[in-house]
Amino acid sequence: MSFIDADKRKFFNEVREKSGQPIDLCYQCQKCASGCIATGFADYYPNEIIRLVQLGQKERVLNSSSIWICSSCEMCGARCPNGINTAEVMDALKEMAIAAGTVKEKNVLLFHNTFLSSVRAFGRVHEASMMGLYKLKSGDLMSDMDFGMDMLKKGKLPLLPHRIKARGKIKDIFNKTAH
Amino acid sequence: MRLSYYPGCSLKATAKEYDMSARDACKGLGIELVELDDWVCCGATCAHSTNHMLSIALPSQNVALAQRAGMDLAIPCAACYSRVKKADYVLRNDDVMRQKVEDIVDFKYNASVNVHSLVEVVGQLGEKAIAEKVQKPLKGLKVVCYYGCLMVRPPQVTCFDNTEHPMFLDNIVKALGAEPIQWSYKTECCGASLSLTSKDVVHGMVGRIIDAAKEVEAMAIVTACPLCQSNLEMRQAKGTDLPAFYFTELIGLALGLPATKKWSNLHLVNPNPLLQSLSLAD
Repeated sequence: MSFIDADKRKFFNEVREKSGQPIDLCYQCQKCASGCIATGFADYYPNEIIRLVQLGQKERVLNSSSIWICSSCEMCGARCPNGINTAEVMDALKEMAIAAGTVKEKNVLLFHNTFLSSVRAFGRVHEASMMGLYKLKSGDLMSDMDFGMDMLKKGKLPLLPHRIKARGKIKDIFNKTAH
Repeated sequence: MRLSYYPGCSLKATAKEYDMSARDACKGLGIELVELDDWVCCGATCAHSTNHMLSIALPSQNVALAQRAGMDLAIPCAACYSRVKKADYVLRNDDVMRQKVEDIVDFKYNASVNVHSLVEVVGQLGEKAIAEKVQKPLKGLKVVCYYGCLMVRPPQVTCFDNTEHPMFLDNIVKALGAEPIQWSYKTECCGASLSLTSKDVVHGMVGRIIDAAKEVEAMAIVTACPLCQSNLEMRQAKGTDLPAFYFTELIGLALGLPATKKWSNLHLVNPNPLLQSLSLAD
């Protein structure tokens, strides 16, 4: 791709390198959008995200909800005639949006962070405390109480976490991969 | 057959009936599962959405443990399978990443262990071998098999029979005497990773799947993923009462295993009335 604007070129190159995907090959056949389950709930189709990246539209892409509502089901990539794994592009864009501080779907990121904190602490995710903490931090306290109580009664939410032996090693992996 | 077994975090909590039924069903089919000692969380969607290197390094620790145990790895959870399989794929095919991951996780990858979904392990026994073990055929039970996204995609990593129209779950269900109905939502995603954060979105995604299942007059959905199972039962419209079974629960029922009632009682949508109406449960 060629650009007059250096910033646009930089953004395009960064997304291509970070995702490892041949995004310059997209010719807008929209096969990805046809199979995407998230299109009705997000602001851009997957092919629009790719087009915006091709045009160096950093702000619009990194501020979009689509990159977060993408559930990484990988239908788009499996059907792309040009071998673009769009879910990998979406993941690269999420990381870039976090770095730029432009995360549109804040609760989605809050959930990811709460989940990973639990893994970092115990080596496994402790669902009961992770969900409780997420609800507390997001302010969404009351929803799903019926399901929570039902699961507690059925013994499906053990209150104490299992701590793995190799917790030191897991902390090490987190530290070595930290941005 | 003896395999390392990686249950994953959900099977120790919200999906414990999957863990119990997987162990019992495999035992009944002559597959010995040995739980991987000190396994670690695969990182799930949360790791790959926020930190690519972590998302490969974390499951690689499980590959390292499986390598030490010296047996192929069977994973019942589709999400865990997807992440561990992806890590193994990267370690196997990307020299630059392999070196980095080996440094981070402090092990030497030798490609000696294969990562399998538990469905794949059971499916490879063959319909005939499964059918021979059946004591109580699941006669009259009409189901749709729901593969979801993570088990079959991306195709170059998972290598299942057919990404768009997989049949391995249907074949198992058929061998058990039930009737798998063909439908077009086999591999659509249910949005489980957004189930806590974006409920409206997920109600929409689950609604479409449930409607499609009802359209072909399915009595239940069969899954091989703890996130799909709980999401489909939790986020279907109130009053729908369409149960979602783990495929291992159906194996347990057909093999006449004693603990099946215990598993059914743990569901959010009670499957007992359906099973009783077909004389498949007391």
